[in-house]
Parts: sequence; structure tokens; C-alpha cells
Amino acid sequence: MSQQSTGRENQHSKWSWWYLLFLIQFVAVLWPPFYNSVEPSWAGIPFFYWYQLLWVIIGAILTAIVYFATDD
Amino acid sequence: MADVNWTALTIFIALFGFITWLGFAAAHWRKGDLDLLHEWGLGGRRFGTIVTWFLVGGDLYTAYTFIAVPALAFGAGAIAFFAVPYTIVIYPILFLAFPRLWYVCHKHQYITAADFVRGRFGNRWLALAVTITGIVATMPYIALQLVGLQVVIGAMGVSGSGYAGDLPLVIAFIILAAFTYSSGLRAPASIAIVKDILIYITAFAAVIVVPIQLGGFGKIFSAVPPAKLLLAAPPANSTGAYGIYATLALGSALALFLYPHSLTGILSASSGHAIRRNAAMLPGYSFMLGLLALVGFFALAAGVGSLPEFAGGFKQFGNNFAVPALYLHSFPAWFVGIAFAAIGIGALVPAAIMSIAAANLYTRNIHREFINKNPTDKQEAQMAKWVSLIVKFGALVFIVFVPSQYAIYMQLLGGILIIQTLPSVLLGVYTRWFNDWALLVGWAVGTAAGTWMFVAANLTPNFPLAIGGHTFPDYTALYTVILNLVVTIVLTPVFNELGGRQSDATVAADYYA
Repeated sequence: MSQQSTGRENQHSKWSWWYLLFLIQFVAVLWPPFYNSVEPSWAGIPFFYWYQLLWVIIGAILTAIVYFATDD
Repeated sequence: MADVNWTALTIFIALFGFITWLGFAAAHWRKGDLDLLHEWGLGGRRFGTIVTWFLVGGDLYTAYTFIAVPALAFGAGAIAFFAVPYTIVIYPILFLAFPRLWYVCHKHQYITAADFVRGRFGNRWLALAVTITGIVATMPYIALQLVGLQVVIGAMGVSGSGYAGDLPLVIAFIILAAFTYSSGLRAPASIAIVKDILIYITAFAAVIVVPIQLGGFGKIFSAVPPAKLLLAAPPANSTGAYGIYATLALGSALALFLYPHSLTGILSASSGHAIRRNAAMLPGYSFMLGLLALVGFFALAAGVGSLPEFAGGFKQFGNNFAVPALYLHSFPAWFVGIAFAAIGIGALVPAAIMSIAAANLYTRNIHREFINKNPTDKQEAQMAKWVSLIVKFGALVFIVFVPSQYAIYMQLLGGILIIQTLPSVLLGVYTRWFNDWALLVGWAVGTAAGTWMFVAANLTPNFPLAIGGHTFPDYTALYTVILNLVVTIVLTPVFNELGGRQSDATVAADYYA
């Protein structure tokens, strides 16, 4: 098994530059001074809250991009 | 609290009846031989992307989460939102590391993290440390699920004096124990589908209906005291609330998939692809959790804390009563029944998975390793079934006889303990460089330091570390896992020199498809 599937092994065993996309969300949400403010508020929701909720969605999209870019 | 809400209670009981039937019927779902441990305890590793999504979602986003996160927002404000960055950063970790773990566990028929560590590092005592840490961290987590169940049962007006008041809880738990025993992981997997649909309905209804009733988000947020609306800016020479917020998020994220119940959910997936796809799909739950955190503010704005009809509930359950009170205040009784059933069933799913995970650990890594080295398949599965009962019974006894505050303390400590298995499990997936005895000493140092800091900080998970005039009041789990790593790295060459290394049962090709 280890000899025949070399092509696929390389897909997952090697580093992919696409993984760097993950770093963006770490920086975006783990540095509170970026977003600890009321303004700009959106529909009455302070920035602090809608910014982080928005990053849930962006994070999911980034993960999906990495999935499609690295998986077969 | 004296009056029973019959409409809500009837719907609650009807939905509970339905999932009880489902739990038993699940034994026949994707039928396998339940006398094999991996069939009973991992559902035969046959769950595809969608079932895994429901199962892992139902497993990680527990009833207690849905009660406690809004309760924290209600009581302490913005800090509760750390659950959002926390559940954002877990998914890259899931995407990168855990498919590798899935492949190696699939190849070698490992069903626990300790199985993997035993094979990878060849040291039964290191595997035992991982096992005990897993069981100790899981037990209070199961007990906390009961707290969630207790709150909604109490909120429907079902109460009694003394231990009779715990009777509904005991009944719910007997049901849980019975279907877990007979169906194994298939039971929570099938119930998770019902539970998660109910939870989504409940959460979105609150987020749409309550702001309309209260006159919009602007009004809701203006009712939140300014001190609770944002994180307090840190004082000079301290990382303050910013540090607490970020390290709680990061530390909790690193710890999450080391919990036995998370791993049980992941290992039951049918492929590494299913896990990767889920890393992109599971944030759906994170979004809902963020919305539910806002529900804590809704409860503040609706002023449920000062309404006389809820005084008894807040007295008994503290801020954990905020969400049930808001539902009782804002929705008709029939919908309250659905919402409370969602939370109640939401307690049973993770409790079932946690007890299965603890049972797998005991059976494989203590009983088989140290007591009966050559069990038949049937003996092994039977042992796990019995242990799952014992574990749940222990959690029940804990919650009935010990104040729930202790379960909360133990669960906070559990996060600090479980992260100490990170070097051997999470890093072990990538490298065999560490020496097994160095890992064990690192684990011991991290565990001892973490426990001491937790106690020294008055049973809170944030320890004010003072370095050269600066104070870092950050998450103890993060400090101590770094200490653990440093000790492990320093001691690895020393132990290699002294005693050589154990052999590795895995090879590089085992870690991918």
C-alpha cells in the first residue's frame, strides 16, 4: 500500500502554501485591540460583535478554499 | 416556580419519548456487530460527512454551552464572546492535524488517543497518563450536562423537596444509560440529528423574534451597561482583559480536540475527507453559538432578572437561568416546550458520547493493558458497556449530592489538565522526536503546575503571572502547556542518552490516505 499510493501521499503529507490562509483568521480574531470598539456599528450591533460573527463566516470560506485547493 | 407549565412539559416529554425510541432503534442503523468495541464505541467508523457534522456538532456544542455562554454574557458581558474566536481557530487545527490522526488510528485499529500514544511512543505509562487525564477531564463535563438539564426541568416548574426534586433528572439519566448501553455511539449520532435541528430552530427564533419584541438591536445594546459592552482596556503594565480573552480562546481551542469525546466523534468518521469537509462546515455551529451569546444580552434588555416570577429560578440556578427565563418571557408555552426539549436532549447527546469515550479509554488502556491482556472481542465490548453505565452513574451521584459549583470548578480545571496531552497526541501526530519518558515528565510538571496555579488563583482558570513589573493574567492552560513542552524538549536528549528509545509501531505512510 505504501508504494502504490505515492501520488496521493504527496497530496497530504507535504506542506501546502494554501495553509497560510489559516493564519489570517488567527491574527484577525486573536488580537482584541483590532476590534474592541462600538463603532462602526451595524444595524445597532456594536463592531465588537458583528466583526467576530463575520469572521466565523470568512473563516469557514477560507477553510473551504483550502479544502478545494489541496484535496485532489 | 410553584406552577407547572403543563403545555411546555407535555411537549418536552413527547419529544423525549421520541428520542428514547430513536436511541433504541439506532442499534439497527447501519447495522454492525455491537459485540465489537469499535462497532459499539465508534459506530463502526462508518459516519459520512453529514452524520459527522451532526454528531461532532452535537458533541462539542453542548447543552451546558448553550446555557452557560449566554449566562456569562448576561452576567459578565463581552468576555463571554471569547467562545466565538475560540470556535473559529479550532477548525484550522481540526483540518490540519486530525485527518492524520484519523488515518493512523484507522490503520492500526486505535480507538482512543491513548491507543495512539501507546503505539507511537511504546510507553504504557505515558499512555496511562493520557488515559487518566482523559477520564478525569471528562467526568465533570458529563456532570455539567446534567446541570443544563436540571435548569430546564426546574424552569418548567417541576420541583420537589429534597432528593425527590432530582427524580426527573434520574429518570432522564436512566433513559440515557439504557440506550447508550444497547446502541453505543449510534444512539447519540441519530439523536444528534433531531437535537441539532431543534437547537437551530430555537436559536434562530430567539434571534429573530426577541429583537422585534424589544424594538431592535440598537435598543438591546443600549440596555447593556457600558462596562459590559466591550472588553475593559488593559491597565499599564498588564495585558488585562485582552490577554485573558485571546488566551482563553487559543488555549480552549488547543484543548478541545484532545478531549476524549471530541476524538470519539472524529474517529467515527468514515474518512479523512469527511473530517476536512467538516472543518469548513462546523463553523455553522460557531455562528449559532455567537448568536446565542447575544441572547444573554437580550435577557438583560428584557429585564428578566428583575421580574418577580423568575426570582425563584435565579435564586436557585443563578445566571444559568437567564436563557430559560427569556424563553418563558418571550414565547408561547408550546414553543418553550420545544426550546427546553432542545436543551434537554442537547444534554443527553454529549453525555452519551462522553461516557462512551471514557468507557473506551478504561477498557482499552487500563483494563486491557494492565488487568486482562487477552480479552475476547465480546468481553472487551461488554466491559465498555458496563463502564459507560458506571461513569454516568458517577456523574449523577456527583450532581445530586455535590453543589454544581464544584462540577464547574472541576470542568475548568479539566481544560488545564487535558491540554497537557497536547505534546504526545497533537504533536505526536507530526513528530516522533520527543522521548517517551521526557513526555511523561513534561506531562507531570504541566499537570502539577496547572493544578497549583488553578488553586492559587482561587479556583479560576486565569493566573496573574508577574514578570519584571508586567502582569499577564492569562489562561493557565496555555502557560502550563508551554512549561510542559519546554521540560519535554530539554529532557528528550537527556533521556535518549540514559535509556534509549522505545520502538514506534507506526510508519510515516500511516498518516495519510
